Amino acid sequence: MTVFTASGRVWQRNWLVYRRLWHRSLAFGFLQPVLFLTAMGIGIGALLTPVSLEAFGGVPYIDWLGPGLLAAMAMQTATFESTYPIMNKIMWGRNYEAMLSTPVGIRSIVYGELAWTAFRIGSLAAIFLVVLTLFGIVRTPLAILAVPFAVLIGTSFAACLIAFTATQKNDVGFSAIFRFVINPLFLFSGTFFPLTNLPEPLRAVAWVTPLFHGVELIRGSILDQLDPVTALIHLAYLLVMLGIGVFFAERTLARRMAG
Amino acid sequence: MTTLTQPVSGPGPLTAAWALIWRSRRLVERNIMVYRHQWIIILSGVFEPIFYLVGIGLGLGAIIQEVPLPNGQVVAYAAFVAPALVATAAMNGAVFETIFNVFFKLNYAKTYDGVLATPMGITEIALGELLWALMRAALYAVAMFVIMLFMGLVLSPLGILMIPASLLVAAAFAAAGLAGTSYLRTVNDFDVPMGLIVMPMFLFSGTFFPVESVLPDWLVTVIQLTPLYHGINLIRGLSTGIIGIGQVWDLLYLVVFFAVCLWIAMRQMERKLIK
Repeated sequence: MTVFTASGRVWQRNWLVYRRLWHRSLAFGFLQPVLFLTAMGIGIGALLTPVSLEAFGGVPYIDWLGPGLLAAMAMQTATFESTYPIMNKIMWGRNYEAMLSTPVGIRSIVYGELAWTAFRIGSLAAIFLVVLTLFGIVRTPLAILAVPFAVLIGTSFAACLIAFTATQKNDVGFSAIFRFVINPLFLFSGTFFPLTNLPEPLRAVAWVTPLFHGVELIRGSILDQLDPVTALIHLAYLLVMLGIGVFFAERTLARRMAG
Repeated sequence: MTTLTQPVSGPGPLTAAWALIWRSRRLVERNIMVYRHQWIIILSGVFEPIFYLVGIGLGLGAIIQEVPLPNGQVVAYAAFVAPALVATAAMNGAVFETIFNVFFKLNYAKTYDGVLATPMGITEIALGELLWALMRAALYAVAMFVIMLFMGLVLSPLGILMIPASLLVAAAFAAAGLAGTSYLRTVNDFDVPMGLIVMPMFLFSGTFFPVESVLPDWLVTVIQLTPLYHGINLIRGLSTGIIGIGQVWDLLYLVVFFAVCLWIAMRQMERKLIK
């Protein structure tokens, strides 16, 4: 069995579990953007004057916010799916131990889990894009690119988080990751307000964080503001992150499962 | 005044209630022991409302600047959002503790089956978990209050009452969480209370924008039936010093909501634990 067929088996295992829950997962995948866009987009949008809207490049606030939320959703879902569920398969349910006694190896587990994340984020991003279209936010057919961009954000975060999870002995570290990494990224990556409103040093920090690049890519594709050169920089950043994540995920998981 | 059916020589209801709370402290002690090596989980919760305050309150506030209150007075956006975040922090602290942790103790760890083998009963368990959730929420409320003081966002001396008010909010949600968690069957059911109740309330209870002036009337009426709206209205009234008959209703609502939820919680836990 090659690495890829084996990865397919890992993917398939997740699919068999998910098959019983998919309708609920997709329903929440639809509901969440609707609620967020209504509350934050329309609610906060109503507090903004035409002058203050210039901060958002002249587009209505809800149009500016929507794509940012899509990018943030990709990060949050991928992160969550790569912490508790992976921990479960490592030590609570010990599924990986069972898998490793078959021709499935560490590399196939990592690839299979990432393929699974790609599938999950891809389907959620597609639903999100439908919601954005219903809200009249989508400006161009190019917006379809938001789905692969979301998948890239999701898998990049998932790879890094799998690498981290494999080093943890219990789930205590997860709440620190959520509170001190994911939540600040959610709030300070240009999701809710433009980075130009941050003090200079914080803006520089935001530039080197991953979600910012994801937000820029997705917002650019949906609002038809994509500049090819900067888009390539954002893409390169996320691809490098994915590569580094996979590199470490294979190593930490191999060490964990051996020990 | 005691009633005629009350035995004259027996302990008074206050003494009995105190004895009950005193016995419940054992469960609080147990939770403290368990969290000794996991304090980061509780402490990190302090930072969540602070990040929101800086991100939304200041970041977005730099653009929005001012918000009108229902009485027409205008406040800075950060001063509008901050008291609401005190209320949501109280809700989150209480709900996470009573939904997730109690669910695991109830269904997986079977902690309470062990507790019931001691002189402690259902009432002590419910009260113990409630007290513990209150302690956690109190930490979040006090931390936010201090941050607000330093940032100059407490606009009235009444603001000090935000702390007891947020404890009432926390008690209401802790009781609701205890009542709700007994209806959950698997971990996948968490989506329902979190996604259909907690998250929509967080977004639509006037946390980030004044619902009265933005949303249609029918929706405002629906929102006014939910607890977080009243928690936020009460706490914002205290921090801005703009209070009226509305805050009396908030107070009344939260007390009644707490009592009803606690009653349901006790009944449900009894059903679940004593088969």
